[in-house]
Amino acid sequence: MSDQAISSVEAGKAGEVRAAPKGIMLAWYRFKKSLATPDPYLMVFGIFLWLGTYYLLTEGWKVPRFEKIPGPVEVITEFFSRDPIWGTSLFTEDFHTNVYVSCQRILISFGLATGLGVPLGLFMGWSRKFKDYAFPILETLRPIPILAWVPLAIVMFSGFETPIIFLATLASFFVTTLNTLLGVESIDESYFRAAGCLGSKKHHVFWHVVVPGAMPFVFTGLQISIGVAWFSLVAAEMISGDFGLGYMIMDSYMVNKYVSMVMAMISLGFVGWITSAMVRWAGNRMMQWRVKALALEGR
Amino acid sequence: MARKQTSTKSKASSGGKPNGTTVADKTSGKSGLELSNVCKGYGDEWAREEVLIDLSLSILPGELTAVVGPSGCGKSALVNLIAGFELPDSGEILIDGSPVTGPGKDRLVVFQESALVPWQTAYQNVVFGPKLRRDMSPAQIKEEADKLFETVGLVEFKDKYPLQLSGGMQRRAELARAMINQPKLMIMDEPFRGLDAMSRELMQEFFLRLFEKNRRTNLFVTSEIEEAIFLADRLVVLSNKPAHVRKVIDIKLERPRDFHMLSSTQAYEYKREAMEILHEEALKGFKSTDSQSDFVEAFSTQND
Ligand SMILES: Nc1ncnc2c1ncn2[C@@H]1O[C@H](COP(=O)(O)OP(=O)(O)OP(=O)(O)O)[C@@H](O)[C@H]1O
Ligand SMILES: [Mg+2]
Repeated sequence: MSDQAISSVEAGKAGEVRAAPKGIMLAWYRFKKSLATPDPYLMVFGIFLWLGTYYLLTEGWKVPRFEKIPGPVEVITEFFSRDPIWGTSLFTEDFHTNVYVSCQRILISFGLATGLGVPLGLFMGWSRKFKDYAFPILETLRPIPILAWVPLAIVMFSGFETPIIFLATLASFFVTTLNTLLGVESIDESYFRAAGCLGSKKHHVFWHVVVPGAMPFVFTGLQISIGVAWFSLVAAEMISGDFGLGYMIMDSYMVNKYVSMVMAMISLGFVGWITSAMVRWAGNRMMQWRVKALALEGR
Repeated sequence: MARKQTSTKSKASSGGKPNGTTVADKTSGKSGLELSNVCKGYGDEWAREEVLIDLSLSILPGELTAVVGPSGCGKSALVNLIAGFELPDSGEILIDGSPVTGPGKDRLVVFQESALVPWQTAYQNVVFGPKLRRDMSPAQIKEEADKLFETVGLVEFKDKYPLQLSGGMQRRAELARAMINQPKLMIMDEPFRGLDAMSRELMQEFFLRLFEKNRRTNLFVTSEIEEAIFLADRLVVLSNKPAHVRKVIDIKLERPRDFHMLSSTQAYEYKREAMEILHEEALKGFKSTDSQSDFVEAFSTQND
């Protein structure tokens, strides 16, 4: 008993001396720690509950209205089949192309929207005059639903690619700009005053107060904006597309390949989840002060 | 009248050099401040609220002037004007003879609320000013900063972010940030508000030692009379809103100061004098609202 106590004390001491784990080891350490909390078990339970319900509704009891929907067993076997019945699976080339094309479009649109929206929002928050010029236009264009832009986009741009990218960019651009602007406006006046006292010029204030101070809002905005980008991308691909997951959904529906349709939907869910996790990760990387102070580590 | 008095006094203190010239500034590194008939109000014409009325005050180079006044009387408004964040509606604010037109590095403000920027570590916050202005070499900055962290007792915490520090630590880091800039005039707006009694006392003593060593001109706003008497060379008592100067008391306790001086009869006299005025002003404040007459009555009978 006492031996055990001593050894545990020693282990504690050893733990203090040990260097902080990095990279994969850190992730592994966090994972092991999380096993002591109910979170991972609830997550697994939640997934099974969801899958079970889905199975019973479709393949188990074949509830009316759900019977036409491909069930989880069918979808999963098809998904992992090297010789898919409906012609599309994780191993077929057209699936790869569709995922690749959609991801590429998101990368371009989201990149453009961020590259334009963040600076625009920052300037609007920073310069009163610039905001007076730009804000009315932004506020008039912003409420127009993205689907209302579709015909205009097709008229304006030729081919498949540019209209789709235009639509996805536009939607995500508005969200990013507005959130960045709100971010700058949320910065406490006292930080500007403190910077002024310390003899900062205007550009110092911009780089050392406006930019870092708006960051938390910017990244909240980016998480929403990447969701909006996916939404408008898929809508655009469904209406006018040659490739992409949105096109895959519409195309499979047209030729009654419901299994492929559900596969595209599930893929969208996964890819969307990964992209927003990447945005969150980048945000935490850039705002260590927030991560450390608010104990957000590992989230 | 008041201005005349200032110039003669500061002449004496800066060794006969002409007041207000750059030569005097550079050698003494201390500024004098002169407010004459300053008025400031807020709000639109139909809902005008005068906060400062005809406020005249002079702050002598190398002195610590404490300002006390009823809560909400306009002390922070006064600080904002001197710092240059806002401009007076009328009247003049002169620093070494030249009017204040905006914030500048010759006047440093330690704010009522902590204004360390949360996205920089304590160390980055402290070296922010000199690093931007490039008026010290990097080695010099580092040396000064290390010395200051030693003085304020935050050496182990210099790489922490402000939100990871306790309130008292934040205040100390903020003091260090103000001091590294060696301002000719330091303005402090209730810098120790919100600290517990023990750390407050420690901070007062710490701050006093720093002041007595460098003797940089200081304007110290506080709501604690004892704190004001303990620190100040001169105590300025403001009236209720709209604020003007009710009385200036010269505190003639010897330096270096010590806490037990606060129990001397002299200190007690200062305190009684200031309290009397403040009490009067506080009552005025309540009467003017009229809603709390019961409370005021109870309060006055209790104090008679
Ligand atoms: N920017 C502003 N706009 C409108 N009114 C203001 C503004 N700043 C201050 N006031 C008013 O001026 C008065 C004095 O405020 P101030 O903050 O200067 O008081 P204070 O003496 O510092 O009080 P405290 O001791 O509580 O800090 C208050 O009645 C407040 O309503
Ligand atoms: Mg105040």
